[in-house]
Amino acid sequence: MLPKQEVVAMLLAGGQGSRLGVLTRKVAKPAVPFGGKYRIIDFPLSNCANSGIEAVGVLTQYQPLVLNDYLGNGQPWDLDNDNAGVHILSPYEQKDGANWYSGTANAIYQNINFIERYDPEYVLILSGDHIYKMDYSKMISFHAEHNADCTIAVIDVPLEEASRFGIMNTNPDGSIYEFEEKPAHPKSTNASMGIYVFSWNKLRKYLILDAQDPNSSNDFGKNVLPAMLENGEKMYAYPFEGYWKDVGTIDSLWEANMDLLDPKTKLDLTEKKNKIYSRNPMLPPHFVADCADIQNSMIADGCNVYGSLEFSMLFHGVTVKEGAVITDSILFPGVVVEEGAQVNFAIVAEGTVIGKNSVVGAKPEEVENRDDWGITVIGENLNIGEGAVVAPKAMIDQDIKGVK
Amino acid sequence: MAGRNMAGILLTNFQDSYIPELTTLRTFSSVPFGAKYRLIDFSLSNMVNSGISKIGVVTKNNYLSLMDHIGSGKAWNLSRRRGGLTFLPPFDNTADKYNTFVQTMDSIRDFINNCYEDYLLISSSMNVVNIDYQQMFNAHLKNNADITVCYRKEFLSKVNQAEYLVLSLDSNNRVSEVLINPRGVESTICMIRTAIVKKDFLLDIVDDCLSRSKYDFARDVIQPCVKQHKVYGYEVTSYCAELDTIQNYFKANMDLLNADVRADLFNMRNPIYTKVRDDMPTKYGLESKVKNSLISPGCVIEGEVENSIIFKGVRIAKGAKVSNCIIMQDCDIGEDTTLNFVVCDKDVVVNPKRMLCGIDSYPVCISKKSVV
Repeated sequence: MLPKQEVVAMLLAGGQGSRLGVLTRKVAKPAVPFGGKYRIIDFPLSNCANSGIEAVGVLTQYQPLVLNDYLGNGQPWDLDNDNAGVHILSPYEQKDGANWYSGTANAIYQNINFIERYDPEYVLILSGDHIYKMDYSKMISFHAEHNADCTIAVIDVPLEEASRFGIMNTNPDGSIYEFEEKPAHPKSTNASMGIYVFSWNKLRKYLILDAQDPNSSNDFGKNVLPAMLENGEKMYAYPFEGYWKDVGTIDSLWEANMDLLDPKTKLDLTEKKNKIYSRNPMLPPHFVADCADIQNSMIADGCNVYGSLEFSMLFHGVTVKEGAVITDSILFPGVVVEEGAQVNFAIVAEGTVIGKNSVVGAKPEEVENRDDWGITVIGENLNIGEGAVVAPKAMIDQDIKGVK
Repeated sequence: MAGRNMAGILLTNFQDSYIPELTTLRTFSSVPFGAKYRLIDFSLSNMVNSGISKIGVVTKNNYLSLMDHIGSGKAWNLSRRRGGLTFLPPFDNTADKYNTFVQTMDSIRDFINNCYEDYLLISSSMNVVNIDYQQMFNAHLKNNADITVCYRKEFLSKVNQAEYLVLSLDSNNRVSEVLINPRGVESTICMIRTAIVKKDFLLDIVDDCLSRSKYDFARDVIQPCVKQHKVYGYEVTSYCAELDTIQNYFKANMDLLNADVRADLFNMRNPIYTKVRDDMPTKYGLESKVKNSLISPGCVIEGEVENSIIFKGVRIAKGAKVSNCIIMQDCDIGEDTTLNFVVCDKDVVVNPKRMLCGIDSYPVCISKKSVV
């Protein structure tokens, strides 16, 4: 028998993240690189470790190879605990057949056995597509103090953006009386962050009820939470203050990376305590050459910079050759930018080579019609030929021939 | 894999007097080097990359930073059930014996006897080099040697006051003579303090030396051995720096600004491992100006940096000018400060508007945690 864990965290990491296009062609969204050295999943995992949560189930389904490899035994996050630690939970064959995870609630339902091993009081549900630092133990204390059945973390968003989120309408004591999914006319600005604390006995009951309902789409937001509210269970909104960003789209992923370059950013990754941990490649420090010019950028280990960088982010092992100019762009690990190439407002995935004198993307002011402009995205391990031009807003998934 | 039949022994304290500026609070092996490494990372990684999986780290004093750095050996994949890394500090009343090579080997006799491996690779971890010990081991077997030592060709004029051994070799690379600190020679063959020897052979030599009260490696082990046994040399042709003085330490750091040297030392097949601290990538501010420098993660650079080696977590404020410097972990360089040919040890704070200047033959060293 395993020692009891007060809290078990379940991290939903099975989503495809189709809005990230070529970036998630071969990797699940939580494994998408972020912030010059991290992957998105480092944030919830490090938050768990920093909050003292020792048992974490990671639910995977879509393209799990990179993600599984990355998680390994959980050692980088101190989650390689013999009695708990991180566990990869993929769909499996059961006595009455094999089922994929049909929804967020179903994924947890299929792993009730995993959770029960720890006999927990609370289950924390997390998703793998948000960038934030949060002490979950405070939220769990809040949940316990209010004797709640379910607590949902909320963040105050600007009114004009509220209709993009699930909005929690609360009484003055913080209890939730209504929620609206992407309301056209929001009544409040408390947006759900997709972080839930449940008392395990209640969640277990509702997961089983939900699984028995053939019409349910087995989703927390659409089915389980409304059912609990309808039955008068005690549900509270836990207000969170700090940096939080959904990185589910190309634009938001790019913005969140750029937020790190803002000297006034609320997301502090330099703290000695509550670090964000990650698996670190063994590369030498980065080298900045005589001919380089670097302005407001971030650079990871193993890079060689001979060109110019402005408002850009280089992951580990990137080479920027002489005369290349990178502005407002994010280059994933191992990208090579050849001499004289220009990369503007782009995300370039792992291992791609941008050929000599090619031009990738454009600055917004260079485009006549503002609707034609957007972030250019180039998939992994591609070759952009010498002198090629890649239009702004393009999403490239195959090699582009050079023009001589 | 050669490593299957070879265990490693790393000596960490013998050279402590070479760079006193940096070893008052640490062993020679744990001297920070190259923006993110410590000296021992090179020998430790070389051993691991050559398949050696049982390593004893011999250390006498000042070993807090060494132990903190190496920990369980996880970063070098040495935290393991079979073999792995063992610290060998003095125990019982053996501390004073750790001053000489022969007595040290005698003190760690139990460790040596308990190795399943027949051969030992003994290294003083004072060199910055990426070397394949497997090839050296193959040469050792092929020559049917009793001892194989590493050497490199070096112009003696560059060699400094520390003790150095000069070899004479025959056409088969067999060592015919070992000279200690010879004068007046133009160019020659210098021994690197790394050797392969059969376990039983070493212990026999140690016993013999002990019975004659002879303890020194150079005078009592290698010099007599050359006459009586088969001692071979193995040439290291890639970049190799010996950090026997602060000037050489400074120069070796600056050598890393040369792309060929980096290519020799750092490659994906034989990486140099080190302890990782989860720092964010380095952030460059607007108006930062960085030229020809090697920079570790976790820094925030808003000033000017040129021809410098910058370790983890260093902050360089606006208006600061750092040229030809080695700035170690977590130093804080204040606004409008000018530093030229300065080595800042860890956690140094340089207040705004200070000006410090050394010269390449005599860099200014600022000791750990000083406030300027």
